[in-house]
Amino acid sequence: MLSVKHLLGIKDLTREDIELIFSQADEFKEVLSRPIKKVPSLRDITVANLFFENSTRTRLSFELAEKRLSADVVNFAASSSSVKKGETLVDTVNNILAMKVDMVVMRHASPGAGIFLSRHINASIVNAGDGTHEHPTQALLDAYSIREKLGSVKGKKIVIVGDITHSRVAISNIYCLQKLGAEVMVCGPTTLIPKHITSLGVKVSHNLREALEWCDVANMLRIQLERQDAGVRYFPTLREYSLQFGLDKKLLDSLSKKIVIMHPGPINRGVEITSDVADSDQSIILDQVENGVAIRMAVIYLLAQRIEKRVN
Amino acid sequence: MRQVTLIDSKLLGLIINRLCHQLIENHDDFSNTVIIGLQPRGAFLAENIVERLRAIQPKSEIRYGVLDPTFYRDDFRRNDKPLIAQKTEIPFSIEGKHVVFVDDVLYTGRTIRAGLECVMEYGRPASVELLVLIDRRFTRELPIEPKYIGKSVDSYDDQKVKVMWKKDGGEDKVLLLTDITP
Repeated sequence: MLSVKHLLGIKDLTREDIELIFSQADEFKEVLSRPIKKVPSLRDITVANLFFENSTRTRLSFELAEKRLSADVVNFAASSSSVKKGETLVDTVNNILAMKVDMVVMRHASPGAGIFLSRHINASIVNAGDGTHEHPTQALLDAYSIREKLGSVKGKKIVIVGDITHSRVAISNIYCLQKLGAEVMVCGPTTLIPKHITSLGVKVSHNLREALEWCDVANMLRIQLERQDAGVRYFPTLREYSLQFGLDKKLLDSLSKKIVIMHPGPINRGVEITSDVADSDQSIILDQVENGVAIRMAVIYLLAQRIEKRVN
Repeated sequence: MRQVTLIDSKLLGLIINRLCHQLIENHDDFSNTVIIGLQPRGAFLAENIVERLRAIQPKSEIRYGVLDPTFYRDDFRRNDKPLIAQKTEIPFSIEGKHVVFVDDVLYTGRTIRAGLECVMEYGRPASVELLVLIDRRFTRELPIEPKYIGKSVDSYDDQKVKVMWKKDGGEDKVLLLTDITP
């Protein structure tokens, strides 16, 4: 049984929780290889996917996971909702829960939105990304993909490259990988690495080649232009960023060993990573997407077991 | 609880041998038959059966898989214990095959019901039969009956039947755990 009722962040999970999620994800991967890719476990559960912020991959991945567990699914996008009419978050969600919803998967632009909601409503909450705070299912599927590719996460060296300051993927990955016994380094321009990041026990580098020579796995993050404050320049131009921190095939092939390349998507081809690297045999980017469904099935399945049974 | 030995190691070997010959009677060379052990405990018995069948009929290709019907159980969110799935591995097609389910103890029949629902997701079998080592009679909650039985046992609900295997770090034997003194 998981030690938590909600999945708000990796920070709250124990190593045992993460390993339990992985073991069940293994079984759901097997389910996804069957002619009929569906199990009936969550027939009496209704899940609301509340996306107050844009998403393609994560929303689709959650929706597929829920449907393959036989849950009933309702979707909600902020652009078409009463949020635009001035309704508060708690009111919006309580109105949805009044329609007998058991679980809420939420993406929101404000850090801590999921934590706030968990204190005010009576439903199981899965954080699908809250601002620059955490994106737990992404970190789980990233670590799971490393485990699948390299056999284990323990003792492996992982570098996260790019915009660490605005990245919830980076924070969740750091917590998750460290709980599983990996060494983590972050790499990027000084302006995009938080000042006190070393307090999380990570190494810092501003030299991509040096970081890549050190690591077994490189997780290349997207530059989040939408989160960068208007008027603040973190680097002179995208082209200059790309020249210093972008990974191309020439650099990849010049390394002394074959490293694994990851990317949480969406890729800006030619900025953080070139097409020939993204599509190379060292890249596990599409495995990450495939594993995302199995990981989300495992998380929802395990959390649903903690939802109290409504008797009639 | 007091432990009573229902089947010792020697008898267990004889029973497995008999079950194998019964299977051969009905399935000949196993060309259209697959054997599926039900997780978690049925897999040990199924492995023993498959090993024995291969020894008796070395020329037959015996196809064997394991199935965990956890996601199909009817006590999700009704059970105090979490329902955690174990490995499922069926590396062949079920379509049109005669399937033999193997489990150690048949009690309420609910695991078998879940297994039946689960196996259909892999294709439409020609038939499904059930082989159990121990049939706890009079405890069924569903209309499910085995075709091959190692030993039938009459027991109360508060008694437990425990099947132990060498492969699981014990000794091959079957115990009855009971509070009732003879």
